[in-house]
Amino acid sequence: MAEQAIPGYKKWLEAVGDQGVFFSSFFRNLFRGGFEWSEFVRQCYEIGYRSMMLVGITSFIMGLVLILQLRPSLLELGAESMLPRTLAVSFIREIGPVIIAIICAGKVASGIGAELGSMKVTEQIDAMEVSGANPLQYLVVTRVLATAFMVPLLTLIGDAIGLFGGFLALNFTDDISFSLYFTKCISSLEFMDLLPAVVKTIFFGFAIGFVGCYKGYNSNKGTESVGLAANSAVVTASLWIFVIDALAVQITSILFYR
Amino acid sequence: MEAAETDIKLKKPEEKGEVVVNIAHVAKSFGNKDVLKDINLQLKRGENVVVLGKSGQGKSVTIQCIVGMLTPDKGTVKVFGNDVAQMGEEQIKELRIKIGFLFQSGALYDSMTVRENMEFPLTRIKKMTDQAEIDKLVEEALDGVGLKDAIDKMPSDLSGGMRKRAGLARTLIMQPEIMLYDEPTTGLDPITSREISELILRMQEKYKTSSIIITHDMECARITADRIVIMNDGEYIAEGSYEELENSEDEFIRSFFNQTK
Repeated sequence: MAEQAIPGYKKWLEAVGDQGVFFSSFFRNLFRGGFEWSEFVRQCYEIGYRSMMLVGITSFIMGLVLILQLRPSLLELGAESMLPRTLAVSFIREIGPVIIAIICAGKVASGIGAELGSMKVTEQIDAMEVSGANPLQYLVVTRVLATAFMVPLLTLIGDAIGLFGGFLALNFTDDISFSLYFTKCISSLEFMDLLPAVVKTIFFGFAIGFVGCYKGYNSNKGTESVGLAANSAVVTASLWIFVIDALAVQITSILFYR
Repeated sequence: MEAAETDIKLKKPEEKGEVVVNIAHVAKSFGNKDVLKDINLQLKRGENVVVLGKSGQGKSVTIQCIVGMLTPDKGTVKVFGNDVAQMGEEQIKELRIKIGFLFQSGALYDSMTVRENMEFPLTRIKKMTDQAEIDKLVEEALDGVGLKDAIDKMPSDLSGGMRKRAGLARTLIMQPEIMLYDEPTTGLDPITSREISELILRMQEKYKTSSIIITHDMECARITADRIVIMNDGEYIAEGSYEELENSEDEFIRSFFNQTK
């Protein structure tokens, strides 16, 4: 008798259920005690410090390119003096957090997915489990928290570098001074521009870490599954970043800009 | 279920020769495939039992049921008299501390040095904090498997045999009462295989463990087994000493021994 195919919606519901269980296991282990501080610090270094160069270069180019792209349009309207303000508000509120989170999804989520996936294939996670240790606490809690902690920091650093990139572009074309440029940037920003942007990056970081861990931890036991886990982690984390961003914009608009 | 988790306490191991693992009528399926059909096995204290069988017959599934990684569909797996399926999370954890499991690949944590691999169970499970005591135990365990010089190496710098020896040392550092070996000599050259087999025997004598050894390697079976069980089509079909089974009339049983002749 031919094996009956499982309908797609059932598989989807099963996957949602699995993620729900993994999510609750994460929180149960988060508050269980015996937090792995040394592994958390190591992950902060791996996730944060090792992503800094990539985030810095990308942010710098983004700031530089945005000014070069915006300048002709604003020049036409006679609003050239608005360039620092436009860049600062758009970069801090939206472009910086989303672009940096997407970069982190590509680098960090795939890295975590592949690392945990290969640990699964080589039976390291099983070994941890049968020894009586808690792999969720050691591998998952530390990585998810480290990403939720480091992505906001990377975003703040990236924002500053992006604005600096914008300054270099503007200085090259319009000969604006460093102090005037940053005075204009900072005076155009309010605390409420920065706060929601930072808060949403915590959720971005959480999504990146969680999806990377979930995909890696639940990968199959074949070498092919390591690649699939890494790939699927990037795609899913990127999707979650846009979903969270859309929600965050709505919530921020209702709370602060009505 | 909550009550079961809190009320049942693990019984203390008793006298020598007692049954430490009792597998009775265990069946396990994955999808439509019946991997285990009716498995019965007893492991006595201090005994080495070797399980032989073709690949994909569920030998590893059996030992995964012993540590609670898998739950049987039918039958019971009792360890130290306690039904593993009835245990709660904490009891399983407590049980696993008493059982050592050596994986086929050694399963060393590849982001840690050999020393850190050894320290991991001591600091996380035994919650040891005295670094001098930890160092002493680590050095002693590595010395036992002849890997003292590799203490600060990364797993990627070790050969297959060294990784298995380090994996064995990491398991034995917890001084388990039962050892489960999942194909300990697979993928190794004959000389290293023999070394590992002799090491298993030495470690069993030193730590007085009871062991179940899953293998295809007849030399390993000959060196380590007190008793051999042969598995076919989800059931144990024969049991006896190496010599008894070697002289069996059954063609299937003899086919395992023919490879050594």
